Amino acid sequence: MERIYLDNAATTKTSEEVVQAMLPYFTEYYGNASTVYAFGEKSKEAITQARDIVAGALGAKSEEIYFTAGGSESDNWALKATAEAYKQKGNHIITTKIEHHAILHTCEWLERQGFEVTYLDVDENGTVRLEELEQAIRPTTILISIMFANNEIGTIEPVAEIGAIARKHGVLFHTDAVQAFGQVPINVDELNIDMLSGSGHKLNGPKGIGFLYIRKGVKIRSLIHGGAQERKRRAGTENVPGIVGFGKAVELAVQTMEERTARERSLRDRLIERLETEIPYTKVNGDRINRLPNNVNVCFRFIEGESMLIMLDMKGICASSGSACTSGSLDPSHVLLAIGLPHEIAHGSLRLTLGADTTQEQVDFVVDTLKEIVDHLRSMSPLYEDFVKKQK
Amino acid sequence: MYSEKVMDHFQNPRNVGEIENASGVGTVGNAKCGDIMRIYLDIDDDGIIRDCKFKTFGCGAAVATSSMATELVMGKSVQEALQVTNKAVMEALDGLPPVKVHCSLLAEEGIHAALWDYAEKKGIKIEGLEKPKNDISEGLEEEDY
Repeated sequence: MERIYLDNAATTKTSEEVVQAMLPYFTEYYGNASTVYAFGEKSKEAITQARDIVAGALGAKSEEIYFTAGGSESDNWALKATAEAYKQKGNHIITTKIEHHAILHTCEWLERQGFEVTYLDVDENGTVRLEELEQAIRPTTILISIMFANNEIGTIEPVAEIGAIARKHGVLFHTDAVQAFGQVPINVDELNIDMLSGSGHKLNGPKGIGFLYIRKGVKIRSLIHGGAQERKRRAGTENVPGIVGFGKAVELAVQTMEERTARERSLRDRLIERLETEIPYTKVNGDRINRLPNNVNVCFRFIEGESMLIMLDMKGICASSGSACTSGSLDPSHVLLAIGLPHEIAHGSLRLTLGADTTQEQVDFVVDTLKEIVDHLRSMSPLYEDFVKKQK
Repeated sequence: MYSEKVMDHFQNPRNVGEIENASGVGTVGNAKCGDIMRIYLDIDDDGIIRDCKFKTFGCGAAVATSSMATELVMGKSVQEALQVTNKAVMEALDGLPPVKVHCSLLAEEGIHAALWDYAEKKGIKIEGLEKPKNDISEGLEEEDY
């Protein structure tokens, strides 16, 4: 059975070129970059080169890029370090209800340390309302952290406008760009971004590597204390193969962005259109225009997500859902609830995220398979039974 | 994640459907938490369950426990059916992951709710049967992360 992988927002396949670029740094050039001898210099050069690539992709300076162990660390670092460094100025942070848990749970932790956090609502498409953001700013606000694009519903936030508001009020702006980096062009200066989190494994790079962009001049404190790596800001022997692989992945993502995302957009739109027209009682979640090129998120009413995922899996299709049963709690996804979906509809959500390898045949097979699965699950659903009886 | 038995009952659920003019129908669960189970019972004059069907909105475990519960009560007397506990359903399925134990409670409650409906329709009292909770999620604490 062919595997159809449509969960690229969860993680991606490390591309062959990335793996090839990394391999020499395991067995050949394994020297520690912090050493004096020439052998360690090879590692240092490789890190510099990767840093230049990442910085170039964002319109940033190389010394503004700090490698981390991934997106979650970058998010934790941005929030905790800013809170600490700017606590003399104030104790208020603004974020949204639809952030990744790496932001939300860090904010909850900061609240326990005495910080105040405003969690902005979003509209029915998952977009932040700019006037609410501006109204939420207080004299004590030290940071606005709003994601670039949402990982579940794919909505791209009005980052330029958010950056302008932050700048106007003299508040730092951090964005979690883990899903957007490599999918949409980002320029930190044009968008007034002060800090930005990125991750390697979402763009066909390796897992366990990420970065935090920190604009020059922003006060920063360390999260990981120890050695003098990363300009004394992030201790720990550099993950050289990871950094090299990340650099290569970013290089490829930038090179292929236009063509790849155009292709993904067209497949995405085909998928959405077919699901909407061929499966009744289907709702598309997220903004239809300001949307990640590879994200499809729909709710099929009267059925539950986990059952759907198991049945898709039996056909070789990897997907994800925001149902309670996949979140490990009794509540469905906080993002779907924040866009105003009732619980029972949120439980029937399905996210399909395309990749560079996704084909039209795969997309069509998934639609055909889903039609059968949704039919089958609805035939067993008491909610559907009640609905049909009411219609009569 | 699931045992072979659970997967079998999920893939090939037994006794899916409705019974017209059923002796008793019970609906339990809560769409908010993502599980709703409806059990139909056809009970003859001797108090024997002649047919049992279900419809379930829920995860793989919810479907499998409904399916297994209908199998376990089929052909049993009302009193025997009352003894089919969530533990019995779980054991018959070779166990459930800890986060899914509440699904087996749903199955037990579903049977009880259908029996309660039957008793009310018949105007009888079933020894040992208490009015089932409509919402099985009551009292379940959300895990703290």
